[in-house]
Amino acid sequence: MGDLKHLEQLEAEAIYIMREVAAECERPVMLYSIGKDSSVMLHLAIKAFYPEKPPFPFMHIDTTWKFKEMIEFREKRAMELGIEMLVYTNMDGVEQGINPFDHGASYTDIMKTQALKDGLNKYDFTAAFGGGRRDEEKSRAKERIFSFRNPAHSWDPKNQRPEMWNLYNTKINKGESIRVFPISNWTEADIWQYIRQEKIEIVSLYYAKERPVVYRDGNIILVDDDRLKLLPDENVEMQKVRFRTLGCYPLTGGVESTADTLDLIIEETLGSVSSERTTRVIDYEATGSMEKRKREGYF
Amino acid sequence: MIDSLKFITCGSVDDGKSTLIGHLLYDAKLLFSDQEKALELESKVGSNDGDIDYSLLLDGLMAEREQGITIDVAYRYFITDHRSFIVADTPGHEQYTRNMAVGASFADVAVILVDASQGILIQTKRHARICSLMGIKHFVLAVNKMDLIAYDEHRFNEIKEEFLREVANLDLDTISVIPVSATEGDNIVNRSQHTSWYTGETLIRYLETIDVSIKSKQSGFLMSVQRVSRPNHKFRGFQGQVEVGEISVGDEIISFPSEEKACVKSIFIGNKDCTTVSAGQPANIQLDSEIDVSRGCVLVRDVAVELADMFTAEILWMDDAELVVGRNYVLKLGTKVVPATLMKIKHKIDINTGKHISADKLLKNELAICDLSLAENIVFDSFTNSKGLGSFILMDRITNMTSACGVIKHALRRSTNVVWQDTDVTQKIRANQKNQRPITIWFTGLSGSGKSTLANELEKRLVAMGKHTMLLDGDNVRHGLNKNLGFKPQDRVENIRRIAEVSKLMNEAGLIVITSFISPYQEDRQSAREVIGEDSFVEIYVSTSVEECERRDVKGLYKKARAGEIPNFTGVSAPYEEPNSPFMKVETEMCSIEKATDLILQTLMEQKCLKE
Repeated sequence: MGDLKHLEQLEAEAIYIMREVAAECERPVMLYSIGKDSSVMLHLAIKAFYPEKPPFPFMHIDTTWKFKEMIEFREKRAMELGIEMLVYTNMDGVEQGINPFDHGASYTDIMKTQALKDGLNKYDFTAAFGGGRRDEEKSRAKERIFSFRNPAHSWDPKNQRPEMWNLYNTKINKGESIRVFPISNWTEADIWQYIRQEKIEIVSLYYAKERPVVYRDGNIILVDDDRLKLLPDENVEMQKVRFRTLGCYPLTGGVESTADTLDLIIEETLGSVSSERTTRVIDYEATGSMEKRKREGYF
Repeated sequence: MIDSLKFITCGSVDDGKSTLIGHLLYDAKLLFSDQEKALELESKVGSNDGDIDYSLLLDGLMAEREQGITIDVAYRYFITDHRSFIVADTPGHEQYTRNMAVGASFADVAVILVDASQGILIQTKRHARICSLMGIKHFVLAVNKMDLIAYDEHRFNEIKEEFLREVANLDLDTISVIPVSATEGDNIVNRSQHTSWYTGETLIRYLETIDVSIKSKQSGFLMSVQRVSRPNHKFRGFQGQVEVGEISVGDEIISFPSEEKACVKSIFIGNKDCTTVSAGQPANIQLDSEIDVSRGCVLVRDVAVELADMFTAEILWMDDAELVVGRNYVLKLGTKVVPATLMKIKHKIDINTGKHISADKLLKNELAICDLSLAENIVFDSFTNSKGLGSFILMDRITNMTSACGVIKHALRRSTNVVWQDTDVTQKIRANQKNQRPITIWFTGLSGSGKSTLANELEKRLVAMGKHTMLLDGDNVRHGLNKNLGFKPQDRVENIRRIAEVSKLMNEAGLIVITSFISPYQEDRQSAREVIGEDSFVEIYVSTSVEECERRDVKGLYKKARAGEIPNFTGVSAPYEEPNSPFMKVETEMCSIEKATDLILQTLMEQKCLKE
């Protein structure tokens, strides 16, 4: 193995993990969030099984508040690749009018965490691939590649199964499931370099463009549709912005940027002064907030 | 493109592992500014008088921050101009040793910290041994907290000498020793002003330059098959990661264990059609003929491989439940998953002295040399030769826990019967394999008292608990084994004697036996107790009055007996001798079957009758 270069090693590791899951787990699924990490995961899944199609479906948890460009991209990719793309939305939440403006933390819980649990239960998936990386956040840095969830989908960080060499134990009892993170060991820099090397298609939102935005609580929010109600002192401005992470548009801050090519994005990202998750509004609530959400079943 | 290095930091509690990594990242300017800001903020909130607490960068779990300790491995990623690094920061506390081993299994280099003011501790030695067990060949001892001993060269040399003596018998390629201070930053990124007597490298320089590549490039080819890909009838590909060497289209390979031959027809690496694939790459290989290949098979060219179903291995026990000789586990080696029985603990290894200690059980975090026997032949190699074919994990069949990890020393040849000669399969081994204590639960009572119903219910419940059982009652005994016996007193005695002997045999086979016979005579039950053994005989008296039995009269036998149609009928025309001191007395007139069964199970468990 010593002769492989850094990205080649990471790619081989991820493919090995995906194949182990396909071979040993009863009903796997790949969670697809449409972001750049998901684009890399999808690309790796295609490579891992080629010429066979990935032997599992993909699933997107749609909160109904995603950027429009994301949904278009999801539909286009699924069609081009001929993969099975399941879309799950918590319809109870939709009917109750749960939205990111009025419901804060419970919005994330109902439309993301609860929806994810329901979506996985609906199809009886026993293993779900996720694009989590250990460099994203401190509790993720501690998580195993094969991470076990009890029947309530909760994670017990103090009692993780040992994971030795590349010998993954995929055995579970009834009701339990596994989250599998094949790109655990990738950094944000690795992701971008791999996207460039492999010419992987990503959502246009990553590229800087003139977009209608409002400045709210120090974040730059895209006016993606008319559900965004302007506050009295707010104005919609056209600003050249791009997004470093993608999620629900009211919760995802953009950055002012002129980086409109992949090389410029990479240059900007790798020379960046703030780490990736600062543009995600939810992480700021409290130290340990990610771990709390994971215990409750968040990916 | 640059290469990468995986390393771990380990050592005893409070030797400053997390602080060292934190400082490394901070000094090497490898933090994003918001992380730096958060770090300064959190340090102010914490106690450290506003000095930066570098360990906060790594201790990510809430419980870790609360207790100020590291519980599980944290992975950190950084890059310098020379190399890309993945560092696993591992816990020092003894109860988290298995998490430390997880980090070690992944690394090429171990940075072992020792507190200069404390010297080499037990945990230092334990970690050194585990790092070596998990396959790390390069050690660097970072003698930390040099500031606390005033950068004393003499003390540094003492610690260095002691460490070199400790690791002398481990299989290592290189050992370096560096004096550092994780809080002050001496010799981590910047050379210290206080250690002019030290002429070696700084830690970062060492990490940037250490060569961990395998010296002798292995020839031939070897790959464990992960998965067979059959998207359509035209394509049948074998997916796997190449373990050794390389293979090209047209080359002949042998598939093990079938030992059939075929030639490579095509190779995909990812989505590219290639002519050659080499070590570390993910391959999808098609062969030119339909030979027997499935997951767990090994494709080989010009590499000597061994097939065996018994071997000697060094294991680290990681389960809270203790290891018991004779128990059956599921073993995973490469991509092969196979039932395995732990036949024998040859000896434990004392972590302090490396001395061998005899043992018949292993507790969590203990190391031992063991013999394992597998359900079938598998392809393997010694760990020294091949990490991939020489390492394995054992999984518990019931809890699914990864109970142990281990490395293979050598095979045991069945022809020499090394294992079986000195460890015959005993009742204890058979019972351990079934994870139970073999006993005979002897129900006695009048006809119609509810023995059979209870026995049947109890057996169902035991089976649901994963126990291995056998129910003996009148029907399955009288129709076969005892069909030449009638109901005269001497026949009844012989009937019970045979049942007792059969129960004993089944206990020896490791089974829990449940018997349901009237067995009216005290003397016969006593002789059954003697045959089966005092410790294994559990007598349950199903106490139901004759009146109630006669009222129930499920089989209409009492009616016939009263009419004189059945001679020697217990309770009517023959006596029933109540047990003097049964293990339990069940009154079926007072409670339901479910309740009574609950009560029996509860008592059996309280008295530890089902499991040692």
